[in-house]
Amino acid sequence: MKSYQAKILVAGEAQGPVLVLREALSLWGGLEPQTGEIIDQRHPQLEEIVTGRMLLMPFGKGSSSASSILLEAVKAGTAPSAIVLAESDAILALGAVVAQELYGNAPPIVVLTADDYREISEIAEAENIKLNLSIDGTITRSEE
Amino acid sequence: MKLTTKDQAMLNGEQGAATQMAMRILVTMAEVYGAEELLDIKSAHIDGCLYHGESGLDFARKLLEGGAKITVPTTLNVGALDLMHPEHFQGTEEVGANAKELMEAYQAMGCLPVWTCAPYQTTQRPALGTQIAWAESNAIVFANSVLGARTNRYGDFIDICAAITGRAPAIGLHLEENRAGQILYRLNGIPEDLLLEDVLYPVLGYLIGSRSDNKIPVIDGLLPETNEDQLKALGAAGASSGAVALFHVVGVTPEAETLEAAFQGQEPEEIIDLGVDNLVSELDNLSTTPDGKIEVVALGSPHYSIQEFEKLYLLIQQHPPHPDVEFIVCTNRLVYEALKQREWLEKLKEAGIQVVVDTCVVVTPIVRAKSGTLMTNSGKFAHYSPGNIGLQVVFGSLLECVRSGELGHVWRDKGLWQK
Repeated sequence: MKSYQAKILVAGEAQGPVLVLREALSLWGGLEPQTGEIIDQRHPQLEEIVTGRMLLMPFGKGSSSASSILLEAVKAGTAPSAIVLAESDAILALGAVVAQELYGNAPPIVVLTADDYREISEIAEAENIKLNLSIDGTITRSEE
Repeated sequence: MKLTTKDQAMLNGEQGAATQMAMRILVTMAEVYGAEELLDIKSAHIDGCLYHGESGLDFARKLLEGGAKITVPTTLNVGALDLMHPEHFQGTEEVGANAKELMEAYQAMGCLPVWTCAPYQTTQRPALGTQIAWAESNAIVFANSVLGARTNRYGDFIDICAAITGRAPAIGLHLEENRAGQILYRLNGIPEDLLLEDVLYPVLGYLIGSRSDNKIPVIDGLLPETNEDQLKALGAAGASSGAVALFHVVGVTPEAETLEAAFQGQEPEEIIDLGVDNLVSELDNLSTTPDGKIEVVALGSPHYSIQEFEKLYLLIQQHPPHPDVEFIVCTNRLVYEALKQREWLEKLKEAGIQVVVDTCVVVTPIVRAKSGTLMTNSGKFAHYSPGNIGLQVVFGSLLECVRSGELGHVWRDKGLWQK
């Protein structure tokens, strides 16, 4: 797999397994921050756990309370390890920025071009690979 | 980022620690947005007063410790408690205490305690073209679309940062050129009788929200007399199923006097024709369970207006709810006072209807039923009830909700969609 350059919304590093969301997820009403579980009954990946995984989601949607849920997930230790988007999402970025202010850590949030996003999510879904996100926003296949 | 001397002073901490943190978050977020500068705002609406867990309280406490005070008129969204009727709260004592502390913290910063998701139906109605920083997805879409005020989709935390600093990133929907329509929805062959039905609007909104990604939809084909509550329902549903922050309705909303105006003279990126069939099939997406027994009827997301209560009041005279059905209507304190003055409140209560203020049933445990089915005429309640409070949902018109409430199982208005 080639390396992909993402635009950084909130910088950071992450490495590990990936969860490719087949549809956008509204975190408020869609994610239980105490357990990291997807609880939106209309979402095709209901009951999947986001904790510690790099979350690939096309864009954020729904309530502006999504930032709170992300912050709460950081506090509870259930947050994804990173969020990779195909479109910039300020509400998610905000949750991460405030997490940095309050707790000194947050999942990095980056944005790929639509084409790169599609490519990387297809590979990740087909081959169940691990990814590496570095501080400069480069995404590569994790060797581990 | 181009900062003014005043911005820089706030960032340097010259106005205290809270203002400094607020400006630091705002500047970081402005960079996320890709803004080159900040602009002055005239009002703010805060969603951060709704308790989601201890982290939100950590944030408010940190602001208060740093001496936070708002600098522009600022209203508060729903909290997790009905402060007038705290006995409605079914959650734990600890959560109740935290939720109350959070609401009080935002009030202590100087925000107006209107506790409503529909501030635009209280005293806070920004005029066409006014720059504002609002949170709460339905309030955002209403302010942008129906009032023609200008806000991006703000949420918890940045809302209060904007209120404290009086500034917001100059980008997105704050700028006229980014407010042009992108997708044209043409309503085809929808009979006028159906266009007059309130139930059409949340369905249309839900459909458009799920199809528009984060593009700006333009709707052509609604009646000029489409009312504010219908547009409110449309926007709230569109901001639940999707990310709609601004829509235009040709001949109805202020930035869409004509089709050309709605698109600012540009061509639509996409044209989608919608007929009655599309709306009828969208109904399936609003319900999560087949018609059958119901435990709860919930109305008032966004908060019910006095005009909406008027319609409900008339129906309830003939069809009072079944004693086994929890019938809940959420509204704000101003409407609650108006209900008292009209002597409707007493009658509604006598009929077994619970009127909730300051909060609503999908953000906090108020509904006593822990399983079963909730029926609603609100696209937003329909969207969020299953995930947030674990109830299945059946969507219907106000008449269907009221009559189902009377029977304890779903009643359908057979001719409704065949008009």
